[in-house]
Amino acid sequence: MALLTKKYDVVVVGAGGSGLRAALQLSEAGLSVAVLSKVFPTRSHTVAAQGGIGASLGNMSEDNWHYHFYDTVKGSDWLGDQDAIEFMCRQAAQNVYELEHFGMPFDRNADGTIYQRPFGGHSANYGEKPVPRACAAADRTGHALLHTLYQRNVRANTQFFVEWMALDLIRDSEGDVLGVTALEMETGEVMTLQAKVTLFATGGAGRIFAASTNAFINTGDGLGMAARAGIPLQDMEFWQFHPTGVAGAGVLITEGVRGEGGILRNANGERFMERYAPTLKDLAPRDFVSRSMDQEIKEGRGVGPNKDHVLLDVTHIGKETIMKRLPSIFEIAKKFANVDASKEPIPVVPTIHYQMGGIPTNIYGQVVVPDETGANKVVNGFYAVGECSCVSVHGANRLGTNSLLDLVVFGRSAGNHIVDAIKHSALNHKDLPKDASDMTEARLARLENSTSGEYAQDVADNIRASMQKHAAVFRTQETMDKGVVSIMDIAEQVGRIHLRDKSKVFNTARVEALEVDNLIEVAKATMVSAAARHECRGAHSVLDYEHPENHPEHPLGRNDKEWMKHTLWHRDGNKLTYKPVQMKPLTVDTVPPKPRTF
Amino acid sequence: MSKNTRTFQVYRYDPDKDAKPYMQTIEIELESTDRMLLDALLRLKTKDETISFRRSCREGVCGSDAMNINGKNGLACLTNLNDLPQTIVLRPLPGLPVVRDLIVDMTDFFNQYHSIKPYLVNNSPAPEKERLQSPEQRDELNGLYECILCACCSTSCPSFWWNPDKFVGPAGLLAAYRFIADTRDEATASRLDNLDDPYRLFRCHTIMNCVDVCPKELNPTKAIGKIKEMLARRAI
Repeated sequence: MALLTKKYDVVVVGAGGSGLRAALQLSEAGLSVAVLSKVFPTRSHTVAAQGGIGASLGNMSEDNWHYHFYDTVKGSDWLGDQDAIEFMCRQAAQNVYELEHFGMPFDRNADGTIYQRPFGGHSANYGEKPVPRACAAADRTGHALLHTLYQRNVRANTQFFVEWMALDLIRDSEGDVLGVTALEMETGEVMTLQAKVTLFATGGAGRIFAASTNAFINTGDGLGMAARAGIPLQDMEFWQFHPTGVAGAGVLITEGVRGEGGILRNANGERFMERYAPTLKDLAPRDFVSRSMDQEIKEGRGVGPNKDHVLLDVTHIGKETIMKRLPSIFEIAKKFANVDASKEPIPVVPTIHYQMGGIPTNIYGQVVVPDETGANKVVNGFYAVGECSCVSVHGANRLGTNSLLDLVVFGRSAGNHIVDAIKHSALNHKDLPKDASDMTEARLARLENSTSGEYAQDVADNIRASMQKHAAVFRTQETMDKGVVSIMDIAEQVGRIHLRDKSKVFNTARVEALEVDNLIEVAKATMVSAAARHECRGAHSVLDYEHPENHPEHPLGRNDKEWMKHTLWHRDGNKLTYKPVQMKPLTVDTVPPKPRTF
Repeated sequence: MSKNTRTFQVYRYDPDKDAKPYMQTIEIELESTDRMLLDALLRLKTKDETISFRRSCREGVCGSDAMNINGKNGLACLTNLNDLPQTIVLRPLPGLPVVRDLIVDMTDFFNQYHSIKPYLVNNSPAPEKERLQSPEQRDELNGLYECILCACCSTSCPSFWWNPDKFVGPAGLLAAYRFIADTRDEATASRLDNLDDPYRLFRCHTIMNCVDVCPKELNPTKAIGKIKEMLARRAI
């Protein structure tokens, strides 16, 4: 059956920060663009970012992009590609000024410049002391950024397909990408959207874990589609635990709280981060702080009846500062933890937050896969930006504020590159292959014809419980090996999902069932990649491979000789290949690896 | 009945199979971890996957899960179950066409938002760095820019119910004033022209339902009052 087909220059899948930033370049250049989103654009998860966007504006104290570059390389535990990191940090200031010119309501200093606050892992003079680098709109920076970019796209007349879910990527026999199939949620209609260029900006997959700061929509749809279409996924073993999710609820409490002076305390009231990170203390990078918290809990200094969390104390910074700089945090603490943050500490626990890995790309957002020799080869017609991509600027651990920066820098870069490609090289639509929609139709038919089997949400819960158990803050080789077996078992259940609701109209059960097809690919990629990496690096912390800081070969368990390389997980055969980390920046000197202490 | 059992009366309508809408009564045993109304709705959905509603961030910032809860508009994710009576009555937001169950067609709402030109207008050449704005000038945007477009306000407004195609409504007018109040915006005159109309602005009769229901505790009526005041001053 041939689906109804619509043709565009560019199809953008996802309308969060990176998708909207790219779409803006494309619309303003006069291309025909269709932006698909499962939710109204301002409901994308970028809206939940709180603390700030990183740029070395130097509005509060001396700062420059070289420091930002160094911090990001070190923060990544030397898994980040130094060319991409230089590209991002050099452009940061220009991109933030541009957002301001678009109308983004940043907080201000007395001299009228943008207000900046300190954030984890950001330092002046190569690690000497914390520096205020996070450009902030109170604790609603993501909301301010996303709404501003949506508004700017309204001005540019960008065409949105709201509440459409992309289902599968279309590739022809030469491997070129020609568009996507997609489901209009309101009517249940399925269509082919054909494009000269397809750009994925589908966000992360934080919902593969049970305890997550992520929204329900973050099901890794772009990663699932890419994997099913034969594109490998890069560095999926690296998942960031945010140190401060509200205990029990998972809701995010920004690192900006610690940037404004908040302190983590254990059951004894001790500021324990002083022991783990004497220089940066509570503002060490997230992987480091999360592990320290977990260590405190493991050693019996956790808080609460089950001693299973620690406390985030802001009582000393004063109600006025809290209400001015952290008003949403005050609201979240009241609503989700039942505490008055100006009088009592907030119960917090490390919570899954961000996916460092994703669809491999270069700095222009072009998706790259290994050729026969293992070198990067561009996939024609396919780009990816934002959390679904891996460029890789975050490496094994992302610094706070670099995610919003990543969205705008690479969204803009990809947009410009696509405009050039279409306007200057007469890129045309290729003919769709006959089997373009076969996979989609088979997936839909399987659900439509199901008469018994398992509930999609039960299977999704099984994935989440397994990931939570087998890929936690501290991993062991045994738990990861068991995790691989467990996830491959659950993958079998996915094929047996029974959709009871067969309605055509806004069928959220069908959407959720289709999302499970994506969740499982991300879970497989994560578990298989993790179990194979026999070292500790960034967020991938394995007790079996831990070593002290002064270990001659593997300081802190990091094994640069064997493991300073990117993982590529291939769905076909469930196998792994590797590619080197790009150690050479674009113009400056390499930051050589060293033990990562703060 | 155990103390964790709650009775839900939920508005149900699936145009694919129902001739007309009906209220369905469902009793459900809640878990101690179910804190918010959204948690209870998700539990309901595990029992009957056909119950349809929008949701995403579950922390009151994306604006997806607005609905009418025991007669008052609000977000399911920010409504604590302890603050609700034993019987919880859920209906779609009033005044907009129902797509299915608790999901409404928000086209009218967004059309009105788009009609106020919701973007900064500044045609002066941009400086190399940021445009400067004092903290006091920036403070003028507080209580305006935080809107999450959930539509709780506009769909609680009788004036919007009668004229959703002509009256901008509280959310759109709040956004209009957000740009008027921004010292970087150069389009105040045309923004006022755009609203100087018996319907677009002046259908607001200060009923203040919008203020009463806003889950972000914003005050659209106050913003509307400021626009009216500017128009009055301009007319003198």
